[in-house]
Amino acid sequence: MERIPILRMGSFLLVTIQVDMHDRLALALQDDLMGRIRETRARGVLIDISALDVVDSFIGRMIGNIAAMARVLDADTVVTGMRPAVAITLVELGLSLPGVRTALDVERGMKLLTDGTQPPDQRGRRAR
Amino acid sequence: MGVERVEHLPVRTDEDLVRARQAVREAAVALGFSLVDQTKIVTAASELARNTIIHGGGGDLKVERLREGARSAVRLTFVDRGPGIANVEQALRDGYTTGTGLGLGLGGARRLMSDLSISSRPAEGTTIVAIRWRQ
Repeated sequence: MERIPILRMGSFLLVTIQVDMHDRLALALQDDLMGRIRETRARGVLIDISALDVVDSFIGRMIGNIAAMARVLDADTVVTGMRPAVAITLVELGLSLPGVRTALDVERGMKLLTDGTQPPDQRGRRAR
Repeated sequence: MGVERVEHLPVRTDEDLVRARQAVREAAVALGFSLVDQTKIVTAASELARNTIIHGGGGDLKVERLREGARSAVRLTFVDRGPGIANVEQALRDGYTTGTGLGLGLGGARRLMSDLSISSRPAEGTTIVAIRWRQ
């Protein structure tokens, strides 16, 4: 079966969704990611959806589920690159992705993850 | 109101759902809808197609491109022969679900389209017609 690749970068996992996902593929990604988080002890997951031109309630729910499940496994999730038209449609659909952190692009998303997983004293020092 | 083009697609599998989204996107692009409107129409189509598969046991989609003077529209008709919807008003309410979803499909699709009508008879099936006009 077709699978969405999950890349490892240090203590983070990266996923770039580049296909028009059918529902089984989305569910497989959810399962694969949870397995990889456990296996690699990842501290964060970045999901880039800049190539997706549609996010319906099913995919939206899958993204929310991934963030919630990853949280339970002690990993943060950031969703990056959501297109403006997709964001407008999602909110009108009634889905505002509560509990999912977002960033405009991969670079900012990575920064959110790295800042978020540093010890508190280092985080403070860096801010000054 | 003139029908410029009609397409018929099966809506039974996951792959059909992806193809339905693509066909609806093509129609919306051809009719000159803005990117945001295209996205809304395709998302509504995706919600309705999934309902047809999950609740209707599969069915068919008709995608029509309509013209009326300077106005154009895309009309989506989903037909299934499933168990039907017992209470249409309830089904359109956000958060109401008989399945495992969020219950946003029908109500959400109605918000994303100009007009959405449902005719359903228990044990005979459901027909959903959704239109989005471009002024």
